[in-house]
Amino acid sequence: MRPAAFFGKDWGRGQVKLFVVLADDKNGNFYTTSSLFRAGIKSYESISRVVPSFYNFEREFFEEFNIEPLNHPWLKPLRKNQDKYPFFKMEGDEIHEVAVGPIHAGIIEPGHFRFMCNGENVYHLEIALGYQHKGTENLMTQTPSNQLIESVAGDSVIAYSLAYSNVMETMKGISVSNKAQLIRKLALEMERAAIHIGDLGAISGDIAYLMGASVFGATRTLVINTMLEFSGSRFGRGFLTLGGVNFDIDEKKIERALKTLDKVEIDVSRMVKTMLKNSTVMSRLEKTGTVSYERAKEINLVGMAARAAGLNIDSRYDYPDKWTKELGLKKEKFDGAGDVNSRFRLRYEEIIDSISIIRKIFDKLKEYKNEPVNSGYEVLNKENSKDAFVISVVEGWRGEVVHIGMSDNNGKLSRYKIKDPSFNNWYGLALAVRNNGVSDFPLCNKSFNLSYSGCDL
Amino acid sequence: MVKGIIILLNLITFLFLPFLMTGIIRKTKAFWGGRYGASIFQPLYDFIKLIKKDFVISTTTSAIFRLAPLISFASVITAAFFVPLIFGNAIINIPAGLIVFAYLLALGKFFSLLGAMDTGSSFEGMGASREACFTSIVEPAFFIIMASIMALSGNYTFESLSKIAENAGSYGALIIIFAVLALFLMVLIEGCRVPVDDPATHLELTMIHEVMILDNSGPELALISWASGMKMLLIISLIAKIIIPDGNPLYAFYYLIIVFFTSVMIGTLESSMARIRMSHIFEFIFIMSSFALIVMSLTAAKVFGG
Repeated sequence: MRPAAFFGKDWGRGQVKLFVVLADDKNGNFYTTSSLFRAGIKSYESISRVVPSFYNFEREFFEEFNIEPLNHPWLKPLRKNQDKYPFFKMEGDEIHEVAVGPIHAGIIEPGHFRFMCNGENVYHLEIALGYQHKGTENLMTQTPSNQLIESVAGDSVIAYSLAYSNVMETMKGISVSNKAQLIRKLALEMERAAIHIGDLGAISGDIAYLMGASVFGATRTLVINTMLEFSGSRFGRGFLTLGGVNFDIDEKKIERALKTLDKVEIDVSRMVKTMLKNSTVMSRLEKTGTVSYERAKEINLVGMAARAAGLNIDSRYDYPDKWTKELGLKKEKFDGAGDVNSRFRLRYEEIIDSISIIRKIFDKLKEYKNEPVNSGYEVLNKENSKDAFVISVVEGWRGEVVHIGMSDNNGKLSRYKIKDPSFNNWYGLALAVRNNGVSDFPLCNKSFNLSYSGCDL
Repeated sequence: MVKGIIILLNLITFLFLPFLMTGIIRKTKAFWGGRYGASIFQPLYDFIKLIKKDFVISTTTSAIFRLAPLISFASVITAAFFVPLIFGNAIINIPAGLIVFAYLLALGKFFSLLGAMDTGSSFEGMGASREACFTSIVEPAFFIIMASIMALSGNYTFESLSKIAENAGSYGALIIIFAVLALFLMVLIEGCRVPVDDPATHLELTMIHEVMILDNSGPELALISWASGMKMLLIISLIAKIIIPDGNPLYAFYYLIIVFFTSVMIGTLESSMARIRMSHIFEFIFIMSSFALIVMSLTAAKVFGG
């Protein structure tokens, strides 16, 4: 079992209630428990000493409610007070520090990286985030909408929108037609394939392998342009809505999409095989940025990065919906060493896997030709059920996106908790860089491709 | 009069060709990447654009930072006078040309390292240490090759480079091949091309040369990139001098072909391989050293063994 969520909620009169959600991946169960901190209680014994994977959650809880986990090993700011961040210090004549960010070269989000190096070798990397903290969770309780949740992590639009829709639909008791469910699943796999292909291109670019960067760049465009045809947005913004999806996919579009996907599959496979045979490429990817199985398990790595380290967790299969069985999808074990090469190969396998799932969904869609794609305006009038607690887990391309919605006794949304896979995995990146060359950091970083905004909220 | 025109032509081609070379390299990369790519004159347009711009100068820098680009540019230009360019003759042909050439380049590099360190940025210090490290391995290899070939004829000017075939007898072909290969590697290393460095990257942590000039802007940046193109051209000029037979009437024509061909080769190489890991770059540079040693042993075999 591992923590899937750990968050507090203001319980009135100075009290705070702490909720913990544990995920049992083997049996497909979630266990929830809670504990009330009465007014005036300002500390508790840290759990991270015993179970390290709670360390980030406890930092978050401390920052939000000022209840201190005593003896926490690494109680540093997570999202606030970044100017006072107490960086880890290493001393020695040969040690030098390299500070990168928060403003980076290129158009990416802000985050500060501090390397403690001996020559070219990195001893330790400390990552200070929080520059994008904008109170997303509070905004969600005030004005919950698909549009807002889609903007939390711009590369996981579908995953976020789907997790949010699941929460709200369960809370309001809205049913979603089979057709709409399939289209949502399709969009999720399209997103996975597109981002993975884009990242393969980015990895190629980082090692200055131009051919890869061009081919993957071009094929990614094919996939997101198909998404554009489906939904009017290349990243699927506005595709999903409460009660279903906003756009139907007709026969003609399916036919075109199938042709495009065939081409994508051929091009990507050919390029990946060429790269895996190229010794200069392999020498950069292999044994770079390794996170061992034990470390991955200890720090609760999730999603693609965890699978690349040999951890067989995938919420699509661990917590299956009815389509997993109906489409005949099976979880396959990936034998990875947790290095950049493993993440590269795993991404490739997931692309191929996603394309085959998309084909199956296109096939299945024919059975539900005449169903509506959404349940229409009646959605707006439905009240939330009272005192509800809803957990939704969606396996985005990066890993499990956990959304938890709670309503108060008037049926109003009172707490919305978001946990992005990046929240777990940033520390994985810090571990991956240890004992690597400082010049290999960008490569490790791209192989994870974590979200700043999704973590900063 | 004729001599004046020749010197003028030498200079004009030397000043203009670096832009064209960079343009051709980029065009080749675009071709292999399935793109149209920018015009091969784009580097020249970029240069003109940069010249028109203003400076942005960090407040932590001193006069050295301003001086560094000028000195390194001047040193490359001066070094060019000692190297046989498009017509196969050095403008100043003196026996110690090799030493003057190598240490003028070293002077320029020394100042660009100082300029980078002067900014106080941890990136630029890192880049400077990398550059210094790699240069210190390249230099001996370069001297070994050049001095060996010159020892062959006993004529210590660059003129003797074109006389390998007649002086080395049966070893000639081998010496030429290994010397050219080693110098080609030197072009990649000194020109900061893939697989040693990646001129197109935006990632400071992986850069070698580019990271040293992060703080330079406007006309200074223009001079630096121009000078680095010239440096590549100088080494290619040496390759041309080795390959093209002595006294060939079409020297200029073959010279241009060699420049073009080398640029295309660099572009193709950059498109077909990944950059090597920073810790393996030494091994890559040692390839050049080993070629240099081969050249040396071949010439030694000729000189002492007859």
